[in-house]
Amino acid sequence: MSAGAVTDSHQRADQAVFVRREPSPALPPPVTLTGPIGWLRANLFSSVFNTCLTIIAVLLIAWLVPPMIRFLIIDAVWTGNDRDACLVTELQPRVGACWPFIGERLAYFTYGSYPIAERWRVDAFFALLAFSTAWLLWLDAPRRGLGAVNFFVLLPIASYLLLSGAPILGLPAVDTALWGGMMVTIVVASVGIVVSLPLGILLALGRRSKMPAVKLLSVMFIEFVRGVPLITVLFMASVMLPLFVPPSWSPDKLLRALVGVALFSAAYMAEVVRAGLQGIPRGQYEAAAALGLGYWKTMGLIILPQALRITIPIVLNNYVALFKDTTLVFVVGIFDFLKTIEVARNDPKWATPVTSATGYAFAAIVYLIICYSMSLYARRLELRLGVAEPRRGRARRRLRVPEGNGGVLGQP
Amino acid sequence: MATVLPSGPPKVPLIHNRRFRSIAYQIVLSAVVLFFVYEAARNAIENLARANIATGFGFWNVTAGFDISQTLIEYSAQTSTNGRAFLVGLLNTLLVAGLGIVFATLLGFVIGISRLSRNWLLARLAGAYVEIIRNVPLLLQLYFWYNAVLKALPETRDNVVLRGGIFLNNRGLFLPKPVFELGSGFVFESIALAIALIIALNVYAGRRQRQTGRRPRVLAASIALLIGLPVAVFFATGTPIEIEYPQLGRFNISGGVEVLPEFVALTFGLVIYTAAFIGEVVRSGITAVAKGQTEAAYALGLRPGLTLRLVVVPQAMRVIVPPLTNQYLNLTKNSSLAVAIGYPDLVQVFAGTVLVNTGQAVEVVAITMAVYLAISLVTSLILNWYNARIALVER
Repeated sequence: MSAGAVTDSHQRADQAVFVRREPSPALPPPVTLTGPIGWLRANLFSSVFNTCLTIIAVLLIAWLVPPMIRFLIIDAVWTGNDRDACLVTELQPRVGACWPFIGERLAYFTYGSYPIAERWRVDAFFALLAFSTAWLLWLDAPRRGLGAVNFFVLLPIASYLLLSGAPILGLPAVDTALWGGMMVTIVVASVGIVVSLPLGILLALGRRSKMPAVKLLSVMFIEFVRGVPLITVLFMASVMLPLFVPPSWSPDKLLRALVGVALFSAAYMAEVVRAGLQGIPRGQYEAAAALGLGYWKTMGLIILPQALRITIPIVLNNYVALFKDTTLVFVVGIFDFLKTIEVARNDPKWATPVTSATGYAFAAIVYLIICYSMSLYARRLELRLGVAEPRRGRARRRLRVPEGNGGVLGQP
Repeated sequence: MATVLPSGPPKVPLIHNRRFRSIAYQIVLSAVVLFFVYEAARNAIENLARANIATGFGFWNVTAGFDISQTLIEYSAQTSTNGRAFLVGLLNTLLVAGLGIVFATLLGFVIGISRLSRNWLLARLAGAYVEIIRNVPLLLQLYFWYNAVLKALPETRDNVVLRGGIFLNNRGLFLPKPVFELGSGFVFESIALAIALIIALNVYAGRRQRQTGRRPRVLAASIALLIGLPVAVFFATGTPIEIEYPQLGRFNISGGVEVLPEFVALTFGLVIYTAAFIGEVVRSGITAVAKGQTEAAYALGLRPGLTLRLVVVPQAMRVIVPPLTNQYLNLTKNSSLAVAIGYPDLVQVFAGTVLVNTGQAVEVVAITMAVYLAISLVTSLILNWYNARIALVER
């Protein structure tokens, strides 16, 4: 048969029957598997049990969220001068949060009883702190080394001069008994942050030291402080510290609280740093020794930079805990942010059934914003550190985030 | 002529000798620490003498002279000593910590497993819970539960009446109280007997399974034993346990068990707070078990329930237990925040009232710290033993 005959028969076949040359277009997947409905079915209603869970979750949300929104926004009172604005009357049968109370007391919550004429100094301190923190935390900032020096050396000195006063510079002294509110919370937290890391590093090095006396003292201090509640440490700082120094020294209340908080968080920091030190392979020590480096140079140039790098996210989480713990300084008689709210909510001028809840809601929102942004930053930093160092990063990711055992519950 | 090399170790000046330096450092450090301790002690003795404050532990046997709102053991302001008050406070701390640990564990496991649920909504809800609770100070949460929730409840006259004769008002929670009469001991003994029988039954079932490959069904029998036996004994001995319901009087509620609002707020706050942390511990523990383990178990034909029980949980527990214990310790230490809302725990009673009454700060604070320290150390010892027992045996 010739080639022509083949073509011929093809043509004939074409005329006789329909032969499809292209594949028919794919049908769209069933509606129930794609789009919002498919997503719903896969994620919320995949089984009877799953559906029950969804219903429970929806009920929980319906039970909690609408009353909260109603209290905070819809039924809330936004203007007023005293308690009358926030009482139940015929005009407003339902009263939510009493925001004018917060508005009027905002200055108290921020500065405590700091003299009004001097409050610009506190504002300057806040601005300075914000600038220094941004410089330290912004990973692409220029001259970050200088930023660290600024944060750990210059900032504390400047803050002390600004807040406590320096008559030589024309800043009248302000007694710490007048300090209060957010300012004290931030001062206590910052001092804790600035002091606890260096102290914690020293303690961690001490704990891993080969000298028995150094090791014993470090272990005793760390385990002692970690074994007792912060409140008892503050009690100790407030009632025992004055006994241990000559009467003429008698440290003021704020200083006592600062000592207590700093020592407490240093012990926790030491354990974090120790965990980081344990993560450094022996080869690094040996390499440093081979280069002829002494102990401090080995630590300062080789070991600590690597150890601190892995621990930064945990250190930040410790700082979040420290920030929350600053609320306990009330036992020493210091008016931190939460304590000023406690005081203000008992003020007869604003005594209404909703005042307490309003105060606490405000405090909760403030703490939530500060602490949540800190932990968010820690998480992003962790991701970035994992990426920045490809070899170690990959190994670590394989170690630390194994393929999740995701849905052990709802799996087939 | 060859140069003669010096033999033996090189001569190092004493200042560069490692051994010497290390010993010198340690001596200097010890001397500095001792000096501070000595100075502190000297100052303390002088200051105390000047303020006319007694030293020593004589106050332990002095009559306390103050009331405590919740006492688990017999205590009266007139006759009981400070030592007795210490014991009352310690028991109150342990009560709150024990209850808190049980409920926080339950809630924490629910939260942790929910975060891993394949149900999108539930996972997000649990995530939101953890993020919100962990980022708000515990003290603020305690204040909220105590001042904004419990103190805002109606007064005694118009109670919130819950099911089963439970009253709730701003003076506390009133629960029915079981009254044990003669013969109630038999009921408890029968419960113990039922549990022993159930264990024996399960051991038998396990043995049968190994012999025959088939496990006899013992679940129904176990439940029947656990419920049936005590109930049968209860009626056989003539219903020796009665329940005393709280009675609403004109001004007060009498009878039943009265639970202080401070206790309710503290337990609630601690449970909610700690459960968020335990949830994270549980979640990370479960995610630490590689997915291959689950897949291998499925490949062997194990059902999901058995996979969870025999493969995932035992491996996850190794990761979960140490941080979980840490959370238990944290809860116990955090219970000292009781002082903020006036629950009579160890810190409030002893480091608060007794300290103010006697003025003996050093002794009182030292004893308080020693108690917490002892709890921590004992727990760590148990944990170390457990860790050694379950540690992965590497070959």
